[in-house]
Amino acid sequence: MEATAPAIAPGEPLSAAAAMRRPSRFGDKAFEWLTLAMALTVVVLIILIGWQLWDGSALAVKKFGFHFLVTSTWDPVADQFGALPFIYGTLISSLIALLIAVPLGIATAAYLTELAPLWIRQPLVSLIEMLAAIPSVILGLWGIFVMIPWLRDYPLPLLKRFFGWTPFFSGPIYGPCMLAGGIIIAVMILPIITSVSREILRSVPDLQREAAYGLGATRWEATRIAVLSYAKKGLFGAVILGLGRALGETMAVTMVIGNTPQIAASLFKPGYTLASVLANEFTEATSDIYLQALFEIGLVLFGITILVNLLAQLLLRTIATTSATRAVQ
Amino acid sequence: MTTPERGVMERVEQPTETPSNGEPAPALTFQAKNVSIWYGEKRAIDNVTLDVASKAVTAIIGPSGCGKSTFLRALNRMHELTPKTRMEGTVLLHGEDLYSGTVDPAIVRRRVGMIFQKSNPFPTMTIGENVIVGLRLNGVRNQKFLNERLEKSLRMAALWDEVKDDLHKPGTSLSGGQQQRLCIARALAVEPEVILMDEPCSALDPIATAKIEELIYELKARYTIVTVTHNMQQAGRISDYTAFFYLGRLIEFGPTTKIFTNPTEKQTEDYITGRFG
Repeated sequence: MEATAPAIAPGEPLSAAAAMRRPSRFGDKAFEWLTLAMALTVVVLIILIGWQLWDGSALAVKKFGFHFLVTSTWDPVADQFGALPFIYGTLISSLIALLIAVPLGIATAAYLTELAPLWIRQPLVSLIEMLAAIPSVILGLWGIFVMIPWLRDYPLPLLKRFFGWTPFFSGPIYGPCMLAGGIIIAVMILPIITSVSREILRSVPDLQREAAYGLGATRWEATRIAVLSYAKKGLFGAVILGLGRALGETMAVTMVIGNTPQIAASLFKPGYTLASVLANEFTEATSDIYLQALFEIGLVLFGITILVNLLAQLLLRTIATTSATRAVQ
Repeated sequence: MTTPERGVMERVEQPTETPSNGEPAPALTFQAKNVSIWYGEKRAIDNVTLDVASKAVTAIIGPSGCGKSTFLRALNRMHELTPKTRMEGTVLLHGEDLYSGTVDPAIVRRRVGMIFQKSNPFPTMTIGENVIVGLRLNGVRNQKFLNERLEKSLRMAALWDEVKDDLHKPGTSLSGGQQQRLCIARALAVEPEVILMDEPCSALDPIATAKIEELIYELKARYTIVTVTHNMQQAGRISDYTAFFYLGRLIEFGPTTKIFTNPTEKQTEDYITGRFG
């Protein structure tokens, strides 16, 4: 047999082979640096944005200090700025959104991967992707002209009738309110939660499903013990991704939440979010301190988003390490 | 007061018919008649008729793609999980049609357990939870009963001594061979009548394989076992009956000693002597 490849003779030093391959090694290095530069861009961008927000709000931070985070007065005329109602509004509206969108999204994903007949899957997936493609402002308009009147006429009075004894569903029903804001955010984050969850459930090995079915599990049982349980870490990631979106969601929320900086237990009362106040008031910020306060709002929102992501990663890591230590013990 | 076994499975009394020709025929667990299976347009099993004897090991051998796994899966309706399958023919389990409209596949699979090519313990469950998960699915809540069955199943799977102090660790912390025995224990815990094994040793090293083979030998005193294997020596070592499949058809079926020493069909002989496959 004749060797056709430019083989290295047996016994020849390996450095000879390296010499032969030097040109492609240069390409390799170039590729490495290029990709590293790309990856660093993201890091630099995040640091720059954070620094800009910090720099832009320096005066306000100095003037209001910690009070900015814990006071509720937002009075640009009197130069009084407290961000608490906005922080509250952002957190509560996102929480409402998660409470609605997470069960809905995960259940839809489970239906799509485990139960739905084949012919229904692709059309349903396309529809969900279309929901994600609807511009935020259109969804806001729909919220104002369709969702809010409907909420005011049917579901909200019902909620009030049955849960009116709790502080959350008491008081008069205006229309634009915290609950409406949460619901519109839920609509907006539903597609991402659904499609990420679907990918995660699809990645569960069939062998896991077969293990459950082989024991005589019904479809619900197999989905529960073999699929959802296997995928729970990934599903948690999907939820965090949704939360990240929810915290920053601006346009549609601004249109339905009522834009009133107040902290009220009742979800029927209007609220305000960090993102909304930024969008609404930037054009009106005439004084330096007003603009700086808005910058600080941006900084707070940036901080909350990063904090949520860090907490989520920490939580994931603890789950991962506890199961790993359990594995080696 | 709950009786532990309640709802676990409804056993059907085995008909003990003996053919009139005088020879005591072995009691049958499965009777497959004219079974054909399609995946979409492709026919994977072509008109197979095969009887599986009770409390014996039946091995299904044949080259890759000959339909042996498909046929095995038809014995507990697992093949239905693959989309677009179609089946013709009948499969009787102790004389009862597995595919009649009133039979729930989940109940079939509780009576006909299955072991897979790769071990598949549930990674989020401990060793102990993995073993009793099938009982939990059946609604068994009696802790004492669960503990007893846990130990009994692990002992039967020859795993108890190795894991008895580690029952709280994840099932996936075990070695490959141990995981496969854990899966056997998990299947045994629901007290099936039959255990189907789909190349149970194909991912294991020789020592782990030997342990599983030994286990199969012990288990056949109590269970009917049908195993698919691509390892002919293994079929020769562990089985009482051997079925040779080729291109979706059953070429030859009989006692293992006969198939291996004096096959009737030329194709069987060629395959067993290693001339193809």
